[in-house]
Amino acid sequence: MRRAGSWATGIVAIAVSVVVFLVPFGFIFVTASKDASEASRLEFSWPTQWAFVENLTEVLTTRDGIVVRAFLNSTVLTVVSVTVMVVLAAMVGYLLQRRRSRFNPVVNFFVLAGLIVPPAVVPTIWVLQQTGLFKTMPGLILIEATFGLSFCVLLFRAFVATIPRELDEAAIIDGAGPLRLFFAVILPLLRPVIITIVVVQAVNVFNDFTNPLYFLPGDENATVQLTLYNFQSQMVSQFNLLFMDILLITVPPLVMYIFFNRQIVAGMTSGAVKG
Amino acid sequence: MVATMTEVRPARRRRTAGSTSATQRSVYPSWFYLPAGVLYLVFFAVPTFASFWFSLTRWTLFDTEFIGLDNFVQFFSEPQLSQGFVNTLIYGFVTSAAKVVLGLALAVLLTSQLVGRGYLRSVVFFPVLVSTIGVGITFKALLDPFDGVVNTMLATFGIEGPGWFTDPNQALLTIAAVDVWKGLGIATLIYIAGIVAIPQEYYEAARVDGAGRWQQFRSITLPLVQPATATVVILSLIGGLRSFDLIWATTGGGPGFTSDVIGSVIYKQYQAGFYGLSTAGNVILFLVVTAIMVPVSLLLNRKEVDR
Repeated sequence: MRRAGSWATGIVAIAVSVVVFLVPFGFIFVTASKDASEASRLEFSWPTQWAFVENLTEVLTTRDGIVVRAFLNSTVLTVVSVTVMVVLAAMVGYLLQRRRSRFNPVVNFFVLAGLIVPPAVVPTIWVLQQTGLFKTMPGLILIEATFGLSFCVLLFRAFVATIPRELDEAAIIDGAGPLRLFFAVILPLLRPVIITIVVVQAVNVFNDFTNPLYFLPGDENATVQLTLYNFQSQMVSQFNLLFMDILLITVPPLVMYIFFNRQIVAGMTSGAVKG
Repeated sequence: MVATMTEVRPARRRRTAGSTSATQRSVYPSWFYLPAGVLYLVFFAVPTFASFWFSLTRWTLFDTEFIGLDNFVQFFSEPQLSQGFVNTLIYGFVTSAAKVVLGLALAVLLTSQLVGRGYLRSVVFFPVLVSTIGVGITFKALLDPFDGVVNTMLATFGIEGPGWFTDPNQALLTIAAVDVWKGLGIATLIYIAGIVAIPQEYYEAARVDGAGRWQQFRSITLPLVQPATATVVILSLIGGLRSFDLIWATTGGGPGFTSDVIGSVIYKQYQAGFYGLSTAGNVILFLVVTAIMVPVSLLLNRKEVDR
């Protein structure tokens, strides 16, 4: 009786999920595979003529390969800013958990403020101009790294608490200095939470639109999200190419998720159980 | 990932004998704060503090002219600007409420014995990974009032579909619905982690006492997922009140300025060169977010003791 009931709910849930979640993705895929005139009808139908490869090559070669350049830019931005973010936040989270001092409440306050307070846009541009970093990739990298710090610090602080202090003491007795202790002993042990953070923040930075729009504007150095946004007005009658671009941009985060899905879920549930 | 934030309680460890604060200082050196602190100071703290000053000026990036509270007066007296203020509140509350209710319902469903549970979990999470701009463009096409898939489907049932993004009365709520569609996966994942952490014995004991499904949910699940609720509410409020990119990708604040939020007002004024006014928008957003987040997080984390 209960089994039959759960079968029914399961099938209803799957049916609903197909309509609500799979149809939009199916729509992206079929539109990206149609020719221009068929795509412009916006129908959710099987393409009468497959133009997938043609659309792909056209998107990649359009305007001297601006999409390829955007992919390179986004990759550099994501890799460097996430690396900076992870190392710096790990140092803060580690110190914050290990050392009890008067400053801890102050640091905690700043971490929470960084999480909640919306960044002030034009004053940030002003600072970037003063430092000569406005409209440059290094500037955007530092911005993304800074805005992601707070979230990472919170996760690191919680995770460092699960590493026994005796380990630190053993390493010190063996003659490790503070740097070796952190980089050779602690950092490798943070691997599970690092994977979680890297996946989450890489997806965040790669998909970010607002910060590149403000701090790295223009068409030349654009990131993938900016190119996609600009395509929206440039390719009004070419929905096939527009949706091919969406499809391309979705691939990297999807690959990350497929590979690290288990670590993300395992990391989360282990955290929840230990609570 | 977010669940760890609230649910891992760092164990308090007794300081072992001989570990004085002097040795602590050398083993855990303060300069570990330095690199992150410099970035935070230069690119976050300084702009935030500077925004309070610049919001009181007419500003061209090269020189400033102090004009007192004129920017704020203008913000609240011009309907196209103050509408953004009202919309921000509506948007933030609608999206958070929907994410809490639907996220919890889905998490309960997805932690029960269910056919295709793994598939459902991944499919609900999947939109989280797609770029907001991509989601915006896709839904603009799907919800096109004339050719869109949704309205042609409705037409086959004889229903005349609404104008969605093009209807001034519905644009904001349509965007909010798309936002929920995209962000539901995170809320669900946090709730799943919270529900999985509840010991099964509680449910067994309740069943022995003759509690039904609904009673079990009311008296066990609901109170014990409270930390997860706190996380979901706080995260979606922060995201919802600040939202900009989805709105910009779908309606651009239109039709007219009916779906403008503070975030899009800031961008529009920045584009128009009114830097002082734009920064005033930023300060207002700051005040709104703080005025809402501080009481909400105090209320939700009441039982949790800060370490």
